[in-house]
Amino acid sequence: MSKVFVVNPLDTAIEVKGVSHSFEAAQGPRAQSGAELLALSTTDLEVRRGELLSLIGPSGCGKSTLLNMIGGLLLPSSGEVRVNGVKVTAPMPKTVSFVFQENALFPWNTILDNIVVALTFQNVPAKDRVELAHQALGAVGLTEFAHYYPDQLSGGMRQRAALARALSLKTDIILMDEPFAALDEQTRMVLGEDLSTLLNQTGKTIVLVTHSLGEAVFLSDRIAVISARPGRVLEVIEVNEPHPRDPQFVTSSKFSDLRNRLYALLHDEIRQTLSTQAMANKALKTLGGSPPHG
Amino acid sequence: MANRTQGFWQSKVAYQVAFVVLVLLAWFSSTEWLAVSPLLLPDPLGVLLRLVQLLRSLEWLEPLGVTAAEVVSAFALSSILGIALSFVLSRSAWVVKTFDPLLNGINAVPAILFFPLFALLFGLGEGSKIALGFTISFFPIVINTTAAFGRVESIHLKAATCMGASKWQMLRHVLFPSAIPMILSGLRMGLTLAFLSVLGGETIASFNGLGHQIAESSQAMDAELMYAWIVFVIAVSFTLNTALTMLERIGGRAA
Repeated sequence: MSKVFVVNPLDTAIEVKGVSHSFEAAQGPRAQSGAELLALSTTDLEVRRGELLSLIGPSGCGKSTLLNMIGGLLLPSSGEVRVNGVKVTAPMPKTVSFVFQENALFPWNTILDNIVVALTFQNVPAKDRVELAHQALGAVGLTEFAHYYPDQLSGGMRQRAALARALSLKTDIILMDEPFAALDEQTRMVLGEDLSTLLNQTGKTIVLVTHSLGEAVFLSDRIAVISARPGRVLEVIEVNEPHPRDPQFVTSSKFSDLRNRLYALLHDEIRQTLSTQAMANKALKTLGGSPPHG
Repeated sequence: MANRTQGFWQSKVAYQVAFVVLVLLAWFSSTEWLAVSPLLLPDPLGVLLRLVQLLRSLEWLEPLGVTAAEVVSAFALSSILGIALSFVLSRSAWVVKTFDPLLNGINAVPAILFFPLFALLFGLGEGSKIALGFTISFFPIVINTTAAFGRVESIHLKAATCMGASKWQMLRHVLFPSAIPMILSGLRMGLTLAFLSVLGGETIASFNGLGHQIAESSQAMDAELMYAWIVFVIAVSFTLNTALTMLERIGGRAA
């Protein structure tokens, strides 16, 4: 069966085809063989080149699991993920970079050195690293803070630095796992605006996992709504609003309509998650496993 | 504006100085007016005089050298072997889980009990002190260093993996800098313990060293000299401690 170029690789950055993921219960005397917990049921999804796609859904729905599979940190139990047409089997530091929730910066390095070390990992020639690191910090407005340690900065500045680190790697694709989750709402909104502006300039493909309806609508080109565990894509919503987005967008009726639609979709899923959570935790305990994240 | 840190008499240092003065006063008054036997507690002025004599005579040079050589040898052995062993152990979570309780158990054994055996094996000279210092300082170093490597945040490992870190880069840029503060505090504990156990060994049975001087003057019933040596050892120990605190502070940031 030869299905070459079913999808034009120039249009599609990431393809998720028939992917599912089960967590095996931890090994141990009490673990029954074959006992698994389905975190993500068979899922198909395409991410277009240059778009920002959000994954939103109740806690434990498998959205972080999906992100980790796209990034090669987890392997699917079935199906496959292709990035730029290549099947994902391991992290691809030249193609995909990550921005994590918080504290993924190395606290023993200044933010400049954090980026220099990242460039070292990428085998960037030593003479270019510092220059490139300064550029990356400049792009997120942290020029004067280059020699600060992460713990000397606010949460918002740290996440800016983490974003600068991801940008400095010059990958086509950036995966963000709730990058603003630990920040207060005002900081989030400002960072969101900045991100929208930056993305407009860089043309990167971004997959963003978020809990926040507003953030999803404000930042995304498309939003994939994921059901309660075992997760599956309920619907993909188009936002159709050009980047960079104006702060006024938040007050528009289009924004609140989209937000309400998302809420309606998620509402029942969240109720279901809450009622099954207690049961699931109990089941996990008897299997000797620990609950998966996201 | 009343500032709590302003002025000597409001500062913590004032209380610390006052405490030391009080202790010295208590010492002085108990020898002067309470008729405590000078064999147990000699007159502080007499001790001071003997200390000055001791320092002038340079008789402290040789015992200090002997003790220092023993401590340095014991500590070099235990830190190099300890860090190497910890690094190997910490490569596997299973190995750590299995051997950590054993190491803690061995660490709980009072190793000083083996001193007679060490004296038998290595003689009453420096060998038995080095063996004792090594045995006592080795396990805290291993336990701390293993824990340090085990506590590297998984998010940092994950981030480095995603950015393409090689095995060597992971060690150099993530594992080591992350573990260094805790390794340093283990080493500090190790060095202090090596110093204490070498001194202890010397007071039990030895030919030379600071501990030997204390034991010898005690046996000669020369309490003033014994106290002079004790004050000398306290000064050495204080200097060592201060130096270590400074090193730890520098090392924690420099990694």
